[in-house]
Amino acid sequence: MKLTRQQRELGTKFWIYLAALVVSVICVFPFYNAILTSLRTGQDLFLTSYLPTTFHWENYVSALGENGVGRSLLNSFLVATIAVGICLLVSITAAFALARVRFRGRKYILFTILCVSMFPQVAVLSGMFELVRFLGLYDSIGSLILSYTTFSLPFTVWVLTTFMRSLPVELEEAAIVDGASLWVIITKIFAPIMGPSLVTTGLLAFIGAWNEFMFALTFIISNENRTVPVAIGMLQGTSQYELPWGHIMAASVVVTIPIIVLVLIFQKRIVSGLTAGAVKG
Amino acid sequence: MTHNSESLLPSAAVAPPPTASAPGRKRSLQQRRARAAWVLVAPALILLFAVAGWPLLRTLFYSFTDAAMDTPEEYNFVGLANYLDFADGERFGVLADPLWWQAVGNTLWFTACSVSLELFFGMLLALLMNEKFRGQGLVRAAILVPWAIPTIVTAKMWGWMFHDQYGVINDLLLRVGLIETPLAWIAEPTLSMWAVVIADVWKTVPFMALMLLAALQMIPSDLYEAARVDGATAWQRFRRITLPLIMPAMIVALIFRVMDALRVFDLIYVLTSNSEATISISGYAREQMVSFQEMGVGSAASVLVFMMVAGIAACFLWINRFSHEGKEARE
Repeated sequence: MKLTRQQRELGTKFWIYLAALVVSVICVFPFYNAILTSLRTGQDLFLTSYLPTTFHWENYVSALGENGVGRSLLNSFLVATIAVGICLLVSITAAFALARVRFRGRKYILFTILCVSMFPQVAVLSGMFELVRFLGLYDSIGSLILSYTTFSLPFTVWVLTTFMRSLPVELEEAAIVDGASLWVIITKIFAPIMGPSLVTTGLLAFIGAWNEFMFALTFIISNENRTVPVAIGMLQGTSQYELPWGHIMAASVVVTIPIIVLVLIFQKRIVSGLTAGAVKG
Repeated sequence: MTHNSESLLPSAAVAPPPTASAPGRKRSLQQRRARAAWVLVAPALILLFAVAGWPLLRTLFYSFTDAAMDTPEEYNFVGLANYLDFADGERFGVLADPLWWQAVGNTLWFTACSVSLELFFGMLLALLMNEKFRGQGLVRAAILVPWAIPTIVTAKMWGWMFHDQYGVINDLLLRVGLIETPLAWIAEPTLSMWAVVIADVWKTVPFMALMLLAALQMIPSDLYEAARVDGATAWQRFRRITLPLIMPAMIVALIFRVMDALRVFDLIYVLTSNSEATISISGYAREQMVSFQEMGVGSAASVLVFMMVAGIAACFLWINRFSHEGKEARE
């Protein structure tokens, strides 16, 4: 049987839509399942039903309050915001120099930065532990601000350098002719047009800091200074007979929703930021 | 405009009228910019050295000592004993520990499996997203969800889905009839690594797909039209046009993912609680350091992790440079 051209196109369309549907379901289902579980308590947890059965909000209340996830949310927010703020400030000047000025050693600096971004965190763990104790930051969120600022730097410098390179040279040539200093060029000319890429880069670094686990697990010991990933990783049931899955899933949903909302709002930018470093570099 | 006397002097010595000499002025501007550039880069470099470079050196230092985590100030030098030591005909140290070699095997296996699966599914997904169809925005939003979810949450979610009695995975497999009794995904050593790989692939395929998609979208469409006119099949078009053109982006994405997979820690720590069948090299080093308080041994393991990752990275860079040079030679 020979298919007409129209039939063949219809067939291709069918497979594309089917694939798109399957992909979407696989991507979203685990999170959907987490939401379902978070709304169940007691015996309902053991139901394997794929539709919402009950709407118990108690899990959310106890996860946020009793289990201290609310406090951790605040810590995570503080740590990630401060670290990303400092990091952007330091990296915009560095990125400007690396992207727009020709000087000896530039290539080596870029290479070093790329190397640091591939560092396994565990390689600096004991040295960092010593440093954090020396600075008196052990068990305080200061230790995380310090480490996240540093370990986001390679990424932000790299992406901002890529963005800056794509801007036309004429921009600063005019300013140089007018005798503007580098500082003026950066703050008055580059910073304003870099706005969107700063948002993108900042957002990606924020997500990285929000999710970091190893340093947070090692440098913080008290409950009230924990960040979100550690708080969730450590969640236990109030008694050994109770399965705490309802609480865990409620807490997971709470800490994930802000990130998902951010990502969906800025999705185009995030995609461009993610690929900027790689495709052109 | 105040000229820096230092940078002006040499050019003034060569060309008598210093203000009129255009190349001289240009050079001094260049020099001043170069100097300013170092000032601008300095904060980032200082921070990187103080918080990444220095701790790395200290880790190397501690790997030759017997320091403990609670009293890092008190230590004795033990030479290479943390790495490998012979005493009474027996071998000690990280390199003599079967668990270390198990961790090395686990990490390499995890990296190879998850990265190749990611590449495969990421490519399929990128090709799908490169087609035009209605509702594309929704699909793109959906594939960003796994990427956005924190790794720890991923681990907990999949831990619950892999639950032996109440998990969704077993339920679905039972309903479809693929298995007859529920599987202990997390507890069974042969299955637990697959559980980790599946969760990791689910989380990172979107990243791979987006990278490849960005590369796909840069391919000019007339290439495909020309190939179609010449009667090339879909596979030929993929093999001869798509693949060579996205190769550079693919290699970069691969390097990123391999480096990331080699240092895996959080997913395994939470999903399978660092069980022997799944523990990674990072997990091993941290366990020595924090759980057993053996700062010296832990540091030695950390140094080995670093050397392994750096070695693999160097190989990649070398291959990448090699292929770049080849390409430039052809052009």
